[in-house]
Order: sequence, then C-alpha cells, then structure tokens
Amino acid sequence: MEAFEYASPHTTESALKLLGGRWGETEILAGGTDLISAMKDRVTTPKRVVNLKKIKGLKRIEYSAHSGLRMGALVTIQDLLDNKVAREHYPALAQAADGIRGEQMRHMGTVGGELLQRPRCWYFRNGYGLLAQYQGKSLVPDGQNRYHAILGNSGPAYFVNASSLAPILIALGGKARLHGPEGEREVELRKFYTTPMKEEDREYVLKPNEILTEILVPPDKGGKMAVYEVREKTALDWPLVAASVVLHLSGGTVRSARVVLGHVAPVPWPVPEAGQALEGKAVTEEIADQAGKAAVSKATPLSQNGYKVRLAHIAVKRAILSAVKGEA
Amino acid sequence: MATCKYDWPEAGGRELVGKRIDRIDGPEKASGRAKYTYDTHRPGLLIAKLLTCPYAHAKIKSIDISPAQSLPGVKAVLVIQDAGSEIQWAGDEIVAVAAVNEDIAEDARRRIKVEYEQLPHLVREEDLERAQANGRTKPAGEETVGDPNKAFQDPDVVISKGFYGIPVITHCCLEAHGNVAEWTDAKTLKTWSSTQNVSGLPGQIGAGLRRQKVNVDDSNIETVCQYIGGGFGSKVFSRPWGIVAAQLAKMAGKPVKLMLDRDAELEIAGARPSAFAKISVAAKKDGTLAAWDSESWGTGGVGPAGHPPLPYVLQPPNTHWKHTMVAANIGPSRAWRAPNHPQGCLLTMGALDDLAAKLEMDPVEFLMKNVHLAPKLLTKIYSEELQKAAELAEWKKNWHPRGDKTPGHTKRGMGVSLHTWGGRGHTSTCNVIVRPDGSVTVRLGSQDLGTGTRTVIAISVAETFGLPVEAVKVEIGDSKYPPDGASGGSTTVGGVSASTRRGAVDALGELFAAVAPSLGVPPDQLEAHLGLIRVKGDASKSLTWKQACSKLGVKTIQTTGRNPGPCHLNDSGVGGVQIADVSVDTETGQVKVNRMVAAQDCGLIIDLKTAESQVYGALIMGICYSLFEEKIMDETLGQMLNPNMEFYKLAGIGDIGELVVHMMTGPGYDERGVIGLGEPPVISPGAAISNAVANAIGVRVPTLPLTPDRVLAALDKGGLA
Repeated sequence: MEAFEYASPHTTESALKLLGGRWGETEILAGGTDLISAMKDRVTTPKRVVNLKKIKGLKRIEYSAHSGLRMGALVTIQDLLDNKVAREHYPALAQAADGIRGEQMRHMGTVGGELLQRPRCWYFRNGYGLLAQYQGKSLVPDGQNRYHAILGNSGPAYFVNASSLAPILIALGGKARLHGPEGEREVELRKFYTTPMKEEDREYVLKPNEILTEILVPPDKGGKMAVYEVREKTALDWPLVAASVVLHLSGGTVRSARVVLGHVAPVPWPVPEAGQALEGKAVTEEIADQAGKAAVSKATPLSQNGYKVRLAHIAVKRAILSAVKGEA
Repeated sequence: MATCKYDWPEAGGRELVGKRIDRIDGPEKASGRAKYTYDTHRPGLLIAKLLTCPYAHAKIKSIDISPAQSLPGVKAVLVIQDAGSEIQWAGDEIVAVAAVNEDIAEDARRRIKVEYEQLPHLVREEDLERAQANGRTKPAGEETVGDPNKAFQDPDVVISKGFYGIPVITHCCLEAHGNVAEWTDAKTLKTWSSTQNVSGLPGQIGAGLRRQKVNVDDSNIETVCQYIGGGFGSKVFSRPWGIVAAQLAKMAGKPVKLMLDRDAELEIAGARPSAFAKISVAAKKDGTLAAWDSESWGTGGVGPAGHPPLPYVLQPPNTHWKHTMVAANIGPSRAWRAPNHPQGCLLTMGALDDLAAKLEMDPVEFLMKNVHLAPKLLTKIYSEELQKAAELAEWKKNWHPRGDKTPGHTKRGMGVSLHTWGGRGHTSTCNVIVRPDGSVTVRLGSQDLGTGTRTVIAISVAETFGLPVEAVKVEIGDSKYPPDGASGGSTTVGGVSASTRRGAVDALGELFAAVAPSLGVPPDQLEAHLGLIRVKGDASKSLTWKQACSKLGVKTIQTTGRNPGPCHLNDSGVGGVQIADVSVDTETGQVKVNRMVAAQDCGLIIDLKTAESQVYGALIMGICYSLFEEKIMDETLGQMLNPNMEFYKLAGIGDIGELVVHMMTGPGYDERGVIGLGEPPVISPGAAISNAVANAIGVRVPTLPLTPDRVLAALDKGGLA
C-alpha cells in the first residue's frame, strides 16, 4: 500500500478535525477488515487514515424498552452476536450477524464498518472503479455479472450493496447517528444509502467530513422477524441474496410488514410491494410465495444474473415463513 | 515366505508397515516451528516484485525502468521480456525489481513505464464455434476403434447424447510459488524454493541462468525445501521467477526473496485445462456398453495441454473420439493433481450415468456389468470397490431411480464414479547411516509435499531395523543429499519406500556381520525385531540395538539404497470408486454434499493414517472443484476477475459434509507392493457429485462447478422443478 499519515485521536471531536471535504483523501479506520485490504489492493489510496478505536464510548451496546437498541459504531460483530438482550429483542439482527462468517471478520469487524463497507464487485476490487468503467463504458452489462444487481440497475452503478446488517436494520426502522463539523444529525437508514451517479460519489449520504458514531433501533414491539440468506458457501462468502422481514400480526393477520432485500441492488432494497401482498392476510405458504413474487416484480436482471431474481423471490418467501414460525 | 532379500515383510511380520501412524512432522507443523520458503530470512535480504502485463495479448513497444532504478532502496531492476516481445496472457512477467523492503519494491514496480500495443485476444473457450471463428482452434488428436458408426445404428442399442464440461481451475497453493536465492560466493548459489522437485531444481535453475548468460555449474547450486504449502503438480519445474530471483541476487550482491502475490499465484502459476464435450454413448438393453463417440475441446492457455483420456477407463468395443485445442490467452496450464484424468472422468462417468438412467438401470449395477471393459488388472479391484463403497454409502437404501419423487424442495441423490492412475515409484537414491551409538539417519533429496513422505521413509527404515519410528532421523528437502525424483504423478511413495527399504536391508546385513561373532552364529541366522538383534528361533540370544551397534567399534555403516532395484517392492496401476450423497434445493439451486464415500486401492500401504489423509484431502479438493472453483475471465479485459481467495471460492468446513474413506488392503492388494496415491482419489469427486445431483433433480447439470445459477438453469430445461 502507499504511505499515509496515521492519526489515532481520543475523541470524536478531534477525529472530525482530521477529516477533509473530499472522499478518498482521508479514510476512517475501525476494524480494518475492508479498508486494509482495499488499501493493499489500491482500491483506495488515502493520504491520511484516522483510527477511531481509541475513542471511548463507541463500543457501547444498550437496550431500553422505551428507546430501543443503541449500538456504538465500534461494536464488533462478535459483540453483537454475544449480546443476549439484542438477540432476544431483535433475533433477526443476530441472524444477519451470523451470516458474517469468519472468526477474524467477526472479532475485528465492526457494526459501523459493516454498514459502510465498499461493494465486493470484482471490477471495483480489480481497479476499474465503483462504476466499473473501461473505455468510457461499464464493463458489467456485457461482462461477468452473475453477482451484480437485479434491481436499481439502470446504471451507471451495477454493483450490489454488500452489507448484511443494513437490510434488517432498515426493516426494523433503524437510524444512523452521524457526527459532523456542524454537530450531530440522525438519518433513517432507509435514506442513508444512495446509488452513486459519478465515480467520485460514495454509496451513502454520509459526508466525507462526518463520522458514523451510533446505530439506533426502535423498540421491537412484538414484531416477528427473520433474515433468510441464499449463499454459495456456508463459509466466509457474501450471500447471493438476502431477505429481511419484520411483521406485525394481529389476530393471525398481518397488520404491517416490512421487507428489505440485500445484495440485489446498489443500495439495500426495500420492497413495499411484498409488504402490501401480506397486509391484511393470514400468512400461508401461498401468500408468502406471492409476496416473494411481488418483491421481484420490478427486477431487471442482467445477462447472467436472472437466477438471482428467483433466489430473491424464494428468500422473501422463506424469510416470511420463518418469521411467522418464530424461527429466528 | 519372502523369497527375495528386499521383499516387504509378510503381513504377520509387520510391526509398522500398514498401521495408522502419526506423521512425524505433525508437531513441527502444528506448532509453527516448521519453516517454509516464505519463512526464509537471510541477512541483508532484498524483496523482489514482478511487474506483469495487464493485457491478454500485446506487443511490448517500450520499457523505461529508470524511474524504478532511481528510487532509493531499489537494488536491482531486471527486464525479463524486452521491447518487441509478444505477450500471450495477462500476468506474464515483464520486469522484476529487488529492493530493501516490500513497500519500496512495490513502489518501484509501479513507477516502471511499459508501452504496449494491444493485440486481439480470446480468453473464453466454452463456445467452440466462437473460438473457431477466431482462428483459435487446432486439432489435438482423433482415434477410431472398431466401427462406431455401425454400432450406433444397431436397432438394439439405447443411445444417450449429452453435453458435459469442466472449466479451467487453478492450483491456488496456500503458499504461493517463489523462492529465496543467495550467492554464497561468485560461483555458488543456494536457493530456498517452494518446490516439488528438490533434486531436479538445481539443473533447471542452472540451465535457465546460463540461457540468461549467468555462468554457473549445476553442481554449484543447492536447493532447499523442508516444508511446502501445496504444489499439486504446479511446482515441479522452475518457472521464470526461479531464475529471476537468482539473477537479481547476482545483480544486487544480496540474497533476494521473490514470492508471487496472491493474484499472480492464481493468474499465472497454474491452470488445469478445461474440457467440454458432446458425447454419444450406446449400450445394449442389458446395459453392456457398445459404442462411444465424443467431440471434445478445451484450453490450457495458448500452448498444448494434452487431452482427456476418452472414454475413461471403460473401453467399449467401438469408439471414436476427437479433441480440439483452443488457444486461449490465459496463464499457461500446469500439471494439476492427476493431469487430464478428472476431466476424462467427469465427461465419461457423466455420460455413462445418463445412459444408465435412460436404460433405467442402477448405475452401480451398470458399472458392475461393464467393469470387464476396464484394464484387466483392475476389473476385480473395481468389483470389490463398487461393492464396498455401495455398502458404506448404504446405496441400496438411499439410491432411487433418477429424480427424487419425495415432496418438498430438498431432493436427495446418489452418484457413483470410478477412476484409475499409474503411480509407479520414481528413481530414488538414499543413504542409510547406522552409527556405533545406535543412531540411524536416512538421507535423500526427496521432499514432503504434506503427503507424509518423511513419515513413510521413517517407517520403511524402522520396520527393517525393528525399531520405533522415532529412532530414525529422516533428512530430506536438500539437493545436496542423494538425488531423488520429483514428487509428481504419485511416484514418491513407491520410490522412497523401495530405495530406503533396500538401503536399510543392506545396512542391516552389515550390522549382522559385525554382531554375529559375539552371538556365536552366522550373520544369516540373525534377525532384527522389537529393538533387538537376536538369533532366529532362540530368543535367549540377543543384543539390544544399541549394544549391537556398539560392536561396530569406530565404523559407521553407510549404504546406498536405490529404486528401481531388485525384488518386487512397488507397482503401478490403481483403481478407486467414489460415491457421493447430496441434497439439492430445487428452489435455490444450492447443492449440499451430505457424504462422500471413497474406496481406494494403492497396493501395499506403508502408513494407513497418512494414506487415508491423502484421500480425505483429495475429497475436499474434489468438493471444491465440483461446487465452487472456476477461473473467471472477462472477455473485454482479457483478465481474470477472481484472482483472490474471496471470489476464487474454496470450501469451508461447513461445505464439506461427512467423508468416509476405506483403503483396500489385504490379500490381492498388499502383495502388489507400494503404489502411489496422491492423484487417484481426486479424480472421481466431480463425476460422483455431478451424477448425484442428476439423480436428485432428474436432470444433468452439464458443467462444473455446480453453482446455484447452473443448477437452476438445468432445472429450467427439465427435471423436477
């Protein structure tokens, strides 16, 4: 990797002073499971790296019936898996964390870093940029796109958001707390991710001079929830698709349903169509299947990834059935 | 009774041979004390990096190395391929730099300016017509036996036609290829190389250096490799980087370490050729194979890569095969564990399994019916192995006709395959040394690829001397020792067990001669047993091994053992049968291996435990290439997209399932002598798993790896979905 300036401040305020106004000049280091390899591969070549791990208070994980779950950005995946309260109230969040395989990834990787990880797109990782451009054209539509987006893929971005936690956090109504030079702000996670239109854009509304410090999840209020991933490998590997479902039932029928797909689009992809297919109905295998079908009704697969449309359909169906059965 | 002096002991007289014995270097490896090439550090060591070509096909217009040369810390820059050279694959080596540390070497490499003229390339070969249209095909063999045309027209035969394929995969050695080179004086070179060929490497490096006008005698080159992190056939020959490291070391006057980066390891250090085929195969209604016809193609890079043996093992009376080579601009092929056999096996056993399904025959019965078409030596072995594997896999209980008709989206299936390999012991020379203090050393220029070679050598000598395994010090991994063959083609165990047996028998003869006077019998009346040298038939007359050796006085015994040599100690030609038990999710296309059963013969087994380990490892490797592995090339870029261990997918423990290994031993096997085992068990997994998936879902998934997209695409064309 290229030489860089390294800073390890003790407070969020002093960390903020070290950040700049342009992406890529400064990178924030948490667990390093993504950043370090991206730097070694020169996918990013920051002039300065700001380590957050010395900042106290970013590793807290708390729950109250009134305000729900608060997770510091530096809570590790393993901390989350080990937290009984989080597991009890948000079993699907633990399910999603369990999909992050590899002991090193779990112990070093943080919740904040997981949400901000860069795409796994092989064109991006091989140096062709976020938009996979070559000679003024994206390599993806005519290239090797078996793992690419089936939704939100009208271009110029075709990668999929790689986060395993974001879809379920969105389904749970989670928010991100951001610290910037002008103070704090909260952003709903469903509005946190954006599809980049230019090479120098990033995949979220976080600004280059802001730090993600905390994740807030409202109280679960008796929701039934589940995450269902379809994977090639059970070992360390990103899922082909994942569906996150949070349902509220009354008297056997679905009162409200939130369904969010992961690994299908440049952003975590809420599918209200799936929720509508469930609302007011008792969940049966047929109803769950219809919801799955509705979830992918707008899919526009590329040349090699039509199979992911079916996988997303099935993942939604299975996540719904699993949620209703309380399997999470 | 043994009739030849070097013969292996009879079954009843073996204390160690054939038992389950722990590998003697296990603690070294498990504790991290074992030093691999990667761990080699020398005073003043420089780190080298390769600048490789980003294009699949190009001509070098110009190279400017001066920006690298002027960087402080850079000690040598070597142009490997100069302006005017035509480059045939992305990743080919252009320039090497050596610097005081890795970061500077990396920076220096990035400063080098190379101008290329890009030329048209082809990197994907599955579409034969497209390759033909691009002028990239070349005939690579054709053969007709009997009258296949007539045989296919016989109204009494049942014909199955299909398409089958297996892509290019890489070796993906956990320890990348590379070496450390140090000139200990102007004429003398020492290399620490990650190699399967310790004794052969100095000659290869010497020849390579002389081609580059570096004057060196082979006898002044020493190569060391104590531990290797995987080779699988790709580390038999010295590659450019072996020569380059020595050149850089010469230029810099300092030792140089050149290990490939992970991406280069996957791009250029090894590729197993692909094979695709359109196959027709016919059998009589009773299942007897009648005819075979195949049109196959594949690539191993721009150069030739052999062809899969078709049909594999079972030879119907009427066959026709034709193979076409596609010149693709990918890193060159290297021998990959059982070269050409996994391809031949997948294509043949897949086609035969489809034919059995069409005949509505149980595939195990179908193979039983046709084992007479295998080489004569193997027919009995296959019959016994089919029976054993079927029993261990509970075939009769678990097998069903094609297509699991039970409700639900999880379908279970069983598949079977068989394979063969030669595995005759290679040329081997060793020294066996017995000292007056009783210590025993055996020395040879062999190497342990992780297969257990050290342990096998210790067992061979210890068995002969009647000593425990720990009493034998094994010194290998250095070309200064007596020359031994490369570890390729399953030739090592047959070679080193035989040479060390012969050397040890001769050494024991010398010891008996020295001891006989004190026991008052002629030397031929002595035997070595359980740490004693004793008089045959008179247990009261004995000396301990140490006492016996003390009779040597000041003399040390040193014998030379060789292979080949007198008496029948090893042989060639093994058979194996594997059965896969899988579950397939027909909604998602996910394949899960529930269980793999392997019944394998390898003649006389020296160490049952390391032999079984070989088969376990082969099954894991086989599951990897069946379910995950593929060198994924981008046609626009001409580059490999997955030269890393994220997207070049290998199985984790949860992806493997239960492995059941049964080694065929006892009468009918042991008396054949020792036969190699490295290659054979990795041949069948692809076919067995593919057949099991077809049995589960009722339709063939034509090409490996059996990923969800391929399984779902096959289901779309038929089957149960």
